[in-house]
Amino acid sequence: MEAASITFAGSRRSGEAFIKGLLGLAALISLLTTAGIVYALLEETIVFFGQVGVGEYLFGTKWSPLFEPGSFGVLPLIAGTFATTAIAMVVAIPLGLGAAVYLSEYARPRVRKTIKPALELLAGIPTIVFGYFALTFFTPQILRDLLHLQVGIFNALAAGIIIGFLIIPIVASISEDAMRSVPQALREGAFGLGASKLQVTARVVFPAALSGIVASVVLAMSRAVGETMVVVIAGGLQPQWGADVGKSMETLTAFIAATAKGDVPTGSTEYRTLFAVGTTLFVITFVMNMVSIRFVRKYRQVYE
Amino acid sequence: MTARRARRAKDLAFRLALMACLAIAVGLLALLLVDVALDGAGTLSWDFINNFTSISADKAGIQAALWGTIWLMGVCALFIVPVGVATAIYLEEYADDTRWWNRLIELNVQNLAAVPSIVYGILGLAVLVRGPLSLGNVVLSGGLTLGLLVLPMVIIASREALRAVPSSIREGSMALGATQWQAIWRQVLPAAVPGIATGVILALSRAIGETAPLIMIGAVTYISFDPTILGQFTALPIQIYSFLRLPQAEFKLLAAASIIVLLAILLTLNAFAIFIRNRYRRTW
Repeated sequence: MEAASITFAGSRRSGEAFIKGLLGLAALISLLTTAGIVYALLEETIVFFGQVGVGEYLFGTKWSPLFEPGSFGVLPLIAGTFATTAIAMVVAIPLGLGAAVYLSEYARPRVRKTIKPALELLAGIPTIVFGYFALTFFTPQILRDLLHLQVGIFNALAAGIIIGFLIIPIVASISEDAMRSVPQALREGAFGLGASKLQVTARVVFPAALSGIVASVVLAMSRAVGETMVVVIAGGLQPQWGADVGKSMETLTAFIAATAKGDVPTGSTEYRTLFAVGTTLFVITFVMNMVSIRFVRKYRQVYE
Repeated sequence: MTARRARRAKDLAFRLALMACLAIAVGLLALLLVDVALDGAGTLSWDFINNFTSISADKAGIQAALWGTIWLMGVCALFIVPVGVATAIYLEEYADDTRWWNRLIELNVQNLAAVPSIVYGILGLAVLVRGPLSLGNVVLSGGLTLGLLVLPMVIIASREALRAVPSSIREGSMALGATQWQAIWRQVLPAAVPGIATGVILALSRAIGETAPLIMIGAVTYISFDPTILGQFTALPIQIYSFLRLPQAEFKLLAAASIIVLLAILLTLNAFAIFIRNRYRRTW
């Protein structure tokens, strides 16, 4: 009887260990995903750099990989990515932070309850819908007819502005979260010393939440760099080594999406170019994500 | 006196500027929805939903795309629910976060959540469609690619749902003789289901609109048969993209009509998530 209960306890314990192992295996899938991404990118990228010099790729100013003889300078794609991202940040930083400050410091609970779902909805709309809007409404109706700008059908300006709008929810929600986690005592202390609401917001809450705000901005920037459908549809596919945002500028992402249509033969130069550009994109966004994660941890540590 | 009035004016101006920021953001959203509705409403009909795509705009429909999307979501859900929830349970209930590998998994999930979707497309193309697994450009590869893309969302939401269950529940259960797993399976997990379900639905509604990864893995734009799990497929966002690339204006209107269908599905999913969140959420 006693022996039986001991083996029973033993089997229960080994069952527990088995389950823990199974759950750990599931967790391993997320590590394997990253490993898969790195493996997929590096395998072809290394072959690519066997054919094209690293210097030629990184510092070349002419991008025409699909012609014979090809030219593989990635700078025009970087310029396109930089331009659309910069325009997006000019839109998203003030609007996103303004919205966050309002929701965190000024809005009554009922207002916040109605506005936040609207922002979540904005975040949930597929980016191809924003691409449609940029191409068929924003460029012709707003930029051309309303503002009388001389822009092409495909242009980096419209793409950048629309990307800016679609990353507002990222800036707004993380920043609001950071500002709301600033302890009430700090605000009350400042009010007690005679500060106005504006002073409390701008000189106490904002600096106290700064690391969260920086995190939100960097994460939004990473999202803008990686955004694909808006630039493919509305930004155009002509690489440009310059800064004429009224014209087409091809981005890293747009090149990948426009070149890969599923029928690119494995092992061709076209195929390898996709991976080289993909690696470039992955490295840029990886650095930004790490910076952002670091800043988020910082504010969580301070106040939680 | 005047100093105080100036201060008040400044406060008011700041407040108005903040409200303007919100109004512009929400206003653009409204403009976008109205624009799509006006463009697409005229073309939307039962024929449009029940026809296959066509080279002539008045016959073209989205049947194959709609079924493709439903299939993709099915595969995606079957992948993300077990894997996402299991990962969340491991990280939240079992992992000792003083161990470097557990911290690495956590950091890894945070980074994966912010990797551009097109990079997942590259992963799908190089590992699932070709290369090691060589499944081809079929529904299964598409669903798994989208699954990997939204898996971090499911993990993060499920972890939050598990964390919200107070530890007294676990301790009470274990004090009555339950093993750790029995406590999790019978007490903690049931209590966390509403939060997990909300996270899964939101992840699916993200996956349903993703276009770039499907372009990468080679979703086909012109398909006139209903998809199967190991067959080629198209999907709503791919159909929208292919309509948009045609130069004729009629096809732009078809794109708008397809967007209305896509947004209708999305809003239904979101409403469902909000309903679950409000109906079943418990406060401890």
